[in-house]
Amino acid sequence: MPDAAIAIPPRATERRLPGARLRRFVPWALLALAIAAPFLLSAYNLNLLARFMAMAILALGLVLIWGHGGILSLGQGVFFGLGGYAIAMHMKLADLPAGELPDFMVWSGRESLPFWWQPFASPAFTLAAILIVPALVAALFAWAVFHRRVGGTYFALITQALALAFATLLTSRQDVTGGFNGLTDFYSVFGFGLSRPAVAKGLYWVTLAILCLAFIGLRLLLASRFGMLLRAVRDGENRARFLGYSPTPFKVVAFAIAGLLAGVAGALFTLHAGVVAPALVGVVPSIEMVVWVAIGGRYSLAGAILGALAVNLARDGISSAMPELWLYLIGALFILVVTLLPNGLAGFARARFGGEGRA
Amino acid sequence: MTGSAVADLLLAVDGVTVDFDGFKALDNFSLTLQRGETRVVIGPNGAGKSTLCDTIIGRVRATDGRILFRGEDIGRLPEQQIVARGICRKFQAPGVLPNLSVADNLALAARRDRRWWKSFGFGIPVGERAMVEETLDLIGLADRRAVMAGLLAHGEKQWLEIGMVVATGAELLLLDEPTAGMGPAETSRTADLIRDLGADRAVLVIDHDMSFVDQLAASVTVMHQGRFLKQGSVAEVRADPEVAAVYLGHAA
Repeated sequence: MPDAAIAIPPRATERRLPGARLRRFVPWALLALAIAAPFLLSAYNLNLLARFMAMAILALGLVLIWGHGGILSLGQGVFFGLGGYAIAMHMKLADLPAGELPDFMVWSGRESLPFWWQPFASPAFTLAAILIVPALVAALFAWAVFHRRVGGTYFALITQALALAFATLLTSRQDVTGGFNGLTDFYSVFGFGLSRPAVAKGLYWVTLAILCLAFIGLRLLLASRFGMLLRAVRDGENRARFLGYSPTPFKVVAFAIAGLLAGVAGALFTLHAGVVAPALVGVVPSIEMVVWVAIGGRYSLAGAILGALAVNLARDGISSAMPELWLYLIGALFILVVTLLPNGLAGFARARFGGEGRA
Repeated sequence: MTGSAVADLLLAVDGVTVDFDGFKALDNFSLTLQRGETRVVIGPNGAGKSTLCDTIIGRVRATDGRILFRGEDIGRLPEQQIVARGICRKFQAPGVLPNLSVADNLALAARRDRRWWKSFGFGIPVGERAMVEETLDLIGLADRRAVMAGLLAHGEKQWLEIGMVVATGAELLLLDEPTAGMGPAETSRTADLIRDLGADRAVLVIDHDMSFVDQLAASVTVMHQGRFLKQGSVAEVRADPEVAAVYLGHAA
């Protein structure tokens, strides 16, 4: 049984470094800035920030499963995609005159709407689908794997295969999924015109609110006995089992919650980006998601948010200038962080400045 | 001890065979344990001692034979239910949960309701606090309660895991090499602890440190190649020529 397999520095409670009061003030200052951002940033930059915040919601889920559950998923893009395609299908249908088909279906020669598209005309169904489908798929998938006591590297490989299969399926069924190009050209969501600046600001605040809600919810969850048990199963699955706990449900529930967050993130991202496509949900983006969290610090919720924001900001800057450079750079960054800062930027900040407890 | 011996029979391993693709880790092995009894199982490496523990807790399933706990056949129960019946095991390598505090390790062990949907509360429920405190005193780690278990000294980890096993409320404790890696002082403290535990429970100890076995003053079962070889007091077992032959070349 692995013992103290994870080298995390102990909580620095007895250490009260100067500037402790200042440190407590920092998160609130950042929150205030985030709330005020629509008045401070250009429409273009606000849109970028909103996208990155949506991705940060997904990153929080990775802290839960990877940091605290020891479950490495290289397939979060699947759940991100399920949420994204759900809202995209709704938006494709919402602006359509009665009896007409979405543009890409007409181009591929389809004559009728597939039956599984039809309920997405309803906003209520779409919202329910965003909240339920990714979580349910995640739960069923995790249960199927974990109850057979498959874990570790094998689980990571299976999730990667899932991402590959999902992206391949989306690409190959051009007539119902939009294929390689995905779904795009949205005009309104739930009756709000997407081109109006006020709607863009409103959607930004909605994203920020959901990010805050997810942060608080996960903080509570991680502090609860559920969080303790998740860490117990991570560090000593056999010990937990032979104390009388069934490890599988803890892992399945955590994975489902991460799936839910990824789905919500995907839906919000699609709203802000105006597109969802296989290239956003496949193997490479799924790995990038893990890199955000590795860089931010996989045991820290705040670290994951900052990691997702920082890496995506860097990606935006670098890949627009030199697209081919980005993959090498993020690969190098990943190796650097894993070897030098195994607990990410959050771990570095904690070692340097003390403060907030860890896993 | 009062009452009839039969009524206090906790564990009966009855002719158990464990066959790993032709290799018999346990071969028609039997053993009984009464409440209040401490039994030490010794034997050379590969004798089947750990497999015996594995089979009792359901980690390994018997190919043949029965395992009765308080008269109930537990041979096919899921692991969680075997724990719920009152059997808990300390593993050979300390299996404490390194990123939880000493008190939280015990709190998880002391939980009476271990279903996942009952885990969304905070802290240690009032009803289980007494058990945690009691166990902290028992294992002598009360002043280390807030320390992360991964930072404990090796001997302390062993004690903590023994404490976890006790805190589950188990009546049958299986302790696999509880003194592994301990010095003489720690070993003798562990012997004191285990003698205390044995008073109103049944304790099955696996060890091959004969000085420790001496201190426990318990009866000894010797295993060899998955089979029962001898049973008796430490002195009797020591004097036995067959046991000596099995241990030839081993420090005994």
